[in-house]
Amino acid sequence: MLEILKQSNNPEICKPLVEAVIEKAIEFQQKFGRKPAFMEVCGSHTMALARTGVKQCLKDVVNLISGPGCPVCVTDQRSIDAMIALAEGENRIICTFGDMMRVPGSTRTLVDSKISGKDIRVLYSPVDAVKVAIENPDKEVIFLGVGFETTIPIMTLMVGEAEKQGITNFSIWMTTKLVEPVLRFLLDAGEVNLDGFLLPGHVSIVLGEDAYQYLVDDYHISGVIAGFETAELLSSIYKLLDLILSEKISIENNHPSVVTKTGNQVIHQWLEKYLTECDEAWRGIGVIPNSGLDLKTEYEQFNAKKRFSVVVGEPRKTKCRCGEVIRGLITPNECPLFGKACHPMNPVGPCMVSTEGSCSAYYHYMRESF
Amino acid sequence: MEKYISLAHGDGGERSHRLIRDVFIEAFGDSNASLFDAAAITMSSHKIAVTTDSFVIKPIFFPGGSIGKLAVAGTVNDLAVSGAKPAFLTCGFVIEEGFPISDLKQIVSDMANEAKKTGVSIVAGDTKVVERGSADGVFINTTGIGIYEPGMGCSLQFEEGDAIIVSGTIGDHGVAVIGARGDLGVTVPIQSDCASLNIMLEEVLRETNGVRIMRDPTRGGLATTIVEIAEDFHLTMKLNESSLPIKSEVHGVCDLLGFDPLYLANEGKAIIIVANQEKDKVLEILRKCPEGRDAVVIGSVIAKGKGQLLLETPLGSKRLLTRLSGTMFPRIC
Amino acid sequence: MCVGVPAKVVKKMEYSAVVDVMGSQTTVGIIFVPEVELEDYVIVHAGQAMSIVDETYAKQSVEEWRKLINARNSEAVQ
Repeated sequence: MLEILKQSNNPEICKPLVEAVIEKAIEFQQKFGRKPAFMEVCGSHTMALARTGVKQCLKDVVNLISGPGCPVCVTDQRSIDAMIALAEGENRIICTFGDMMRVPGSTRTLVDSKISGKDIRVLYSPVDAVKVAIENPDKEVIFLGVGFETTIPIMTLMVGEAEKQGITNFSIWMTTKLVEPVLRFLLDAGEVNLDGFLLPGHVSIVLGEDAYQYLVDDYHISGVIAGFETAELLSSIYKLLDLILSEKISIENNHPSVVTKTGNQVIHQWLEKYLTECDEAWRGIGVIPNSGLDLKTEYEQFNAKKRFSVVVGEPRKTKCRCGEVIRGLITPNECPLFGKACHPMNPVGPCMVSTEGSCSAYYHYMRESF
Repeated sequence: MEKYISLAHGDGGERSHRLIRDVFIEAFGDSNASLFDAAAITMSSHKIAVTTDSFVIKPIFFPGGSIGKLAVAGTVNDLAVSGAKPAFLTCGFVIEEGFPISDLKQIVSDMANEAKKTGVSIVAGDTKVVERGSADGVFINTTGIGIYEPGMGCSLQFEEGDAIIVSGTIGDHGVAVIGARGDLGVTVPIQSDCASLNIMLEEVLRETNGVRIMRDPTRGGLATTIVEIAEDFHLTMKLNESSLPIKSEVHGVCDLLGFDPLYLANEGKAIIIVANQEKDKVLEILRKCPEGRDAVVIGSVIAKGKGQLLLETPLGSKRLLTRLSGTMFPRIC
Repeated sequence: MCVGVPAKVVKKMEYSAVVDVMGSQTTVGIIFVPEVELEDYVIVHAGQAMSIVDETYAKQSVEEWRKLINARNSEAVQ
């Protein structure tokens, strides 16, 4: 298995694949008189495409547009501010993924709150938040539940565990996001012209290949499910080009070693048991109906939004254009703040600070010279 | 003797005296110097190097070393990469009330062993005890004094084509400490590379010509250290990603937790920038030593004038490397 | 963030397993992959195994890349 992994990053395989993709892309250009434009939906794809150099190698022939796939980035500012405000309450332990720590709120970050003495813990394995609650019965333990379809199931495990153990001091502040509603939004809005989607590798583990059929049926656009290694990314772009050039519209599973047709059914059962669809506010977009999942009313005792009231004012206005970056309308370097007022040491928007953010990917991996 | 450090061990009275006698002098040895408030030392050169460093590490004992070994090796390496021959060390301890004396003895013994190995003498020391909660176990400061021998320095004169060498695998210390902390739930079969490099680097300087600069890529990792050199000397330098020596276990932990080996700390590695025609000779000397076994050329100076560091990916594209831009947190999902 | 590296199951408990990622080990939950067995490779996300890797497909992918490259090479020769 590790040998296979090695092969998928082997330059002897990857370099010729780059050539093959370039050749196909030129064919596309000759046929349609323009560059193909593909959107990578997943934030980890954005990072991997930039880090491995795939994006750089293809920049003259394929327009790879980063989509709304970074969970922290797509969370609207009011929600971010609410989560940071939550941490200010007394007698609380806030558990979070590392990415939330430095996300700029309107007045401060969670790092600032931690420095001022608040108990904020970064967890690698979120289920540990339940353990934290057990070890600290006199404190309220709140998990900041940001994430897409891959991460949401893990939140149901936490609730399941808290329920089983009879824990009363644990809750989740859920601001989760779903892929389908936002892709539909982008396609309906028609602001960005796309020839196809590079579909997420791990979200697809949960959803399955068939879940993307709406792209074909309702929007007549193709998608290829891709893994994260260099050759997997390249061959997926190749397949997208091949589909379009042979005038086929379909969903192709180019990550079949882990993604099945119908997704992980065990996970589906967990989601159905605990969660129900809800409206969610997206950065730069606004509220999209039924674009997130929240706890069902019978699990309200684990819903931090029901247990704690947080008052936040109007978010601080900045010139940050993260909203447009998320919608694929501009590239990070088209934002006037990029690399100047906004950089990883002083991020103005979440896209610069998250490990999956487009601006962060661009700043760290796409700049060739000062 | 008591089992734990108490505030009385820092009051300058009988307990302080006993602690110094039974723990420090026992390990470091006594010298005439200790009869005075200051150590009198004789130097063979009128040009000396002085460096100071404070060591705070959690956990205090980790696979491959301890705060004691680190406190000697870290300061010795700072002198060695400056081209000086480490000669004397002083050490200052800040100890938290309640710290086990057996642990302190172990730390002091690690320091004595490392000092002996590297040929430096510990000539002065100080101990302070603070209330429980005012420090995390023990903090150590060491100051090092080294001697510049004629003709043994680095030229700081760079040319296009100069080779960038790293003396071994990167990220080992960072990953070993992450593993030893245990809070991320990862078991890592990696030892810290914590080691003194002075003997190896002295041989490089003595046996070869054309060493431009040496640095030890500790906090901030390899990338941060080389970015600093690039900026300080206005050089465009390039690293080849596929040449970077990284243990597969380090790769594994980094993939799992979202860390980048380029930015993980090393405590027993040197970066040596050397004239291209001398690189093989330098590699040969390094590879003879256990600390330099995996030494390899990782890049080169490609132009003068603009201070920047580029990384060439296996696909051939290039990207700019920057300093570490904040604490690395385990990533979100 | 998605971790693409597969982790090998080296010890299986009731709801969790010890996995090996290129030599380092960690414990992950296996509630979502109840059929997992020792020696299987799994994809881990935020401390949970999400999917079992089908090695046959993984091998096929590598073969597919090689075929694509070889086809191009032979075209170039002609």
